[in-house]
Amino acid sequence: MTAGETIKKYLWIFIKYFSMVFFSFVALLPVVSCIITAFKTETEYQNTNVMTPPESWLNFDNFIDAFRRADMGRAFVNSAVVVVFVVIGSVLVGSMIAYVLNRFKFPGNGLIRSLFLFATLLPGIAMQISTYQLMYSIGFINHLYGYIILMMGTDVISIYIFIQFFENISVSLDESAYMDGASYFTIFFRILFPLLKPAIVTCMILKGVGVYNEYYSAQLYLVDKELKTVAISLYTFTGPLGSQYNLICAGVIISLVPALIIFIAFQKQIYSGLTAGAVKG
Amino acid sequence: MAATTAQSKTPFSLAKWFKSRKGQQAIVIITFSIIPLALLFVFTYYPFAEMFKFSFYDRNYTKVRGFVGLKNYIDVFKRDDCFRALWLSLYYMGGAVVQLALALYLATIFCFGVKGGNFFKGCMFFPYLINGIAIGFIFKFFYTRGFVLDTVLQWIGFDLENLPYWLRDTRINNFSLVGTSVWKYFGQNMVLFVGAMMSVDSSLYEAAELDGANKWQQFKYIMLPSIKTIVMLNLIMSITGSLSAFEPPFVIMSGGGNGTATYFIKMHEIAHTSQKVGLASAMAIVLLLIIFAATILQKLFFKYVFKNAEDEDTGAAARRDKKLAKGKGAA
Repeated sequence: MTAGETIKKYLWIFIKYFSMVFFSFVALLPVVSCIITAFKTETEYQNTNVMTPPESWLNFDNFIDAFRRADMGRAFVNSAVVVVFVVIGSVLVGSMIAYVLNRFKFPGNGLIRSLFLFATLLPGIAMQISTYQLMYSIGFINHLYGYIILMMGTDVISIYIFIQFFENISVSLDESAYMDGASYFTIFFRILFPLLKPAIVTCMILKGVGVYNEYYSAQLYLVDKELKTVAISLYTFTGPLGSQYNLICAGVIISLVPALIIFIAFQKQIYSGLTAGAVKG
Repeated sequence: MAATTAQSKTPFSLAKWFKSRKGQQAIVIITFSIIPLALLFVFTYYPFAEMFKFSFYDRNYTKVRGFVGLKNYIDVFKRDDCFRALWLSLYYMGGAVVQLALALYLATIFCFGVKGGNFFKGCMFFPYLINGIAIGFIFKFFYTRGFVLDTVLQWIGFDLENLPYWLRDTRINNFSLVGTSVWKYFGQNMVLFVGAMMSVDSSLYEAAELDGANKWQQFKYIMLPSIKTIVMLNLIMSITGSLSAFEPPFVIMSGGGNGTATYFIKMHEIAHTSQKVGLASAMAIVLLLIIFAATILQKLFFKYVFKNAEDEDTGAAARRDKKLAKGKGAA
C-alpha cells in the first residue's frame, strides 16, 4: 500500500466516524440539554449556563413537582387506556380486513383496496373541520371512547403490513383446515392469527407509539382536565409557568420515558416495521 | 362446486346456502369487513364529503348563513394571508431535500460498516419517537437567546452579539423551524434507506472491491440503483408533507406567530378561532387538489424516469433469494 492510499484510508475512517459522532450529537443535544436542566434547582437554573451540569444528578424535585402540577399520574392512566384499546382495536380490525382482502376473491375486493389506498392521500388534519362537526353531533367530544374510536379508524399502514404477511402464509394451510371441517372464523382466530405474531408486534408498537404521541386530535376532543393524555398534559406548562424551564424540562423528560423504553426494547421491530410500511405505502 | 349442484337440484334455500362454502365465505367477508369499512366511511369519506359541501356555504360550527357558491374559493385566492402562507411550504420542501440528502449520506456510511453502528443509529432515530408538544418545548428552550444553541455556537467561537434571535427574527425563524423538522425525521429516513440498501447482496461489494471500484463507484453503481424506488417514494411523501407542514409552527410558535403561519396553521385558525368553517373547508379542498396534482405529476415523472426500476427490484429479490439459499447450504 502506498503512502497516498494509507492517507486516503485513514481520511475515510476519520470522515466516517466524525459524521456519525457529529450527527448523533446533533440528534441528542436538544434532549440532553433538557435532561441537564431538569436536574437543576431554581437558583441553579437562574445563575448557571444551560449547558453547565447540575450540582446533583439526584435532585428529582423538579420531576416530582412537574408530575404533580401537570397531574401526570392521571394523564398516564388516560394514555394507557387509550393506547391499549386503540392498539387492540386496530390490530383486530386491520388483521380481519387484511385476511378478507388477501384470502377471498369477491366483487369489490379491488374497490376496497383502492378506497383504503386513496384514504392515505387525504391528510387527516385537513379534514378535522368536518370531523370535528361529526364528533360534535354524535356526542363524541370529551369522552375517551370517542377519541379511541376515532384513532382506530384511520390506520392503513397496519392493513398493509398484515396483507404483506398473509401473502407469505400458504393458502394450503387454510384449505386443509377447511377440509377438516373448520369454519373460516376458526381458521382465522385459531390458525392464522397466532401465526401473525411478528406482524402484530410490529403494528402494536408503531400504532402504540403513534397514539401515545398524538396531540392534535387529543387537544381538540379531550378538552376536559380529567381526560388529558400525557402529550397534552404538557400544555399545563404554558402560560404562567412558561419560563420555568427546569420544571418544563422535567415534564418533557417524564413524557419521553415510555417511548424510550419501548424503543430500547423493540428497536429491531420498529426498524423493520417502518421499512415494511414505507415500501408498500 | 357443492353449492352449484345443490342449487340446480333444489330451489334456492337460505339455510343450505349458509352451510355451503360460498355462503360461509360471504358471511366471513361481511362480518370481517363491516367494521373497518364503517370506520373508513364514517371518519374519512363522510368528513371528506361534508367538507366538500361546507366549502360552498357561509357557516360556522352551529349555524349556516347560506349558500355562497364559489365565493369561499375566490376568497382563498384573494385573501393575502391564505395564499401567501402556501409559499412558506417552499422552506419545508427545501428542508425535505436537505433531510433526504443527509439521510442518504449517513445510510451509505452505515452500509460500509461502522463500529457501534446500532448505537449511532438509535441516537439519530430517537427524535422521531418524541411527541410533538415535547418537541415544541424542547426547541423553544433550545433556541432561546443565550441558551443551548447559542452556548454551543459560542464554544466554537461565535460571539453572542453577532448571533440572531432564532425564533424572533422573521428573516430566519422559518429556517429554525424547518431545522426542527429535519432534526425529527432525518434519522427515520436513514433507517428506511439502510433497510433498502441492506437488501443488496454484500458479495457484490466484495466483487466490486476486487475489481478495483472505489467507494463512490460502489455507491453509484450498486447502492443507488437498489434504493432509488424508496428514495423517490420518500421524495414524494416529503413534498406532500411540506405542503401540509403544520407541526413546528403550531407547537414551537404557539400557533404560527412572527410570520411562520403555514397554510395549515391559517386553516386551523380560520376554522377554530374565527369559526369560518366554509372558508376553511374551501382552503382544505384547494390544498387537497394541489396535493393530488403534485402526487400525479410526481408519479408520471417517476414512471417516465425510472421505467425499469421495477425490473431491477425483482432482480434484487432474486439475488437475495440466491444468497439465502447459499447460506442455508453452507449451514
